[in-house]
Amino acid sequence: MDETISIVLFSGTDDKLTAAATLAAGAAALGRPVKIFLQYWGLDAFRADRVTADHGLAPEAGEAGRAAVDAAAKAGQAHWIETLRMAKELGEVDIQACSASMDILKIKHADLDPIVDGVAGVAAFYINAGEGQIIFI
Amino acid sequence: MDIKLKVDASGLSCPLPILKATQGMKTIQPGELMEIVATDPGSVKDMAAWASSTGHMLVEQDSANGKFRFVLRHK
Repeated sequence: MDETISIVLFSGTDDKLTAAATLAAGAAALGRPVKIFLQYWGLDAFRADRVTADHGLAPEAGEAGRAAVDAAAKAGQAHWIETLRMAKELGEVDIQACSASMDILKIKHADLDPIVDGVAGVAAFYINAGEGQIIFI
Repeated sequence: MDIKLKVDASGLSCPLPILKATQGMKTIQPGELMEIVATDPGSVKDMAAWASSTGHMLVEQDSANGKFRFVLRHK
C-alpha cells in the first residue's frame, strides 16, 4: 500500500484551508508522506504578504458559520498556516505550486511564503502521488 | 510510573493534540513514557489511532472533568 496522501488545494477560503491543513497535519503525524499541490485560490492564499489575511469563508458558511469559526479561533484552534508549519516540522510534507496557476495569477515563486517548496506541473504531481490517495479541496 | 514528559494539549482542537504527541515523542527515548492531557473529545479515538499507526504504545488512559489523559510508551 502506498501511504502517500496527496492534497490538491484549489480553494482559498480560510475554512477550506483549515480543513486541508488538518488533513495534511493528521497524515504527517501518522508518519505518512504528504504532498500538497496548490492551484488557483489555494495558491493565492500562500502569497507571503497575505497568508494571515482574512480569506473569508465558503459561501455556505453564512453569518452563523462565520460566528462559529471566529469562536473556534478564539478558543484556541490554530491558524491553518501554523498547523501546516508544525506538520512540516514534524513530518514529511512537500508543498508545490501549480505552474499554470502561477502564470494565470501572475505569481512568482519569490512572492510565495517560504513554506512552499517549489513549482511543479500536473505530471510531476501525479508521479509523486504514486498509487496513494488524492484529496481535492 | 516514571513519566518522562508531560504535555498539556488542553484547549487545543484537532489535529493539535496528535501533533503535540508527535512533537513530544521526538524528545524522549525508546521505552520512556509521555503523558498527554487534552480536552478535545475527538482525541480519545485519535490518540488510539495515532498510537496504533506509529507503533507507540498507549499504556494508560482515563478521563475526568472534561479532561482526557493518555500515557504513551515510546516504541
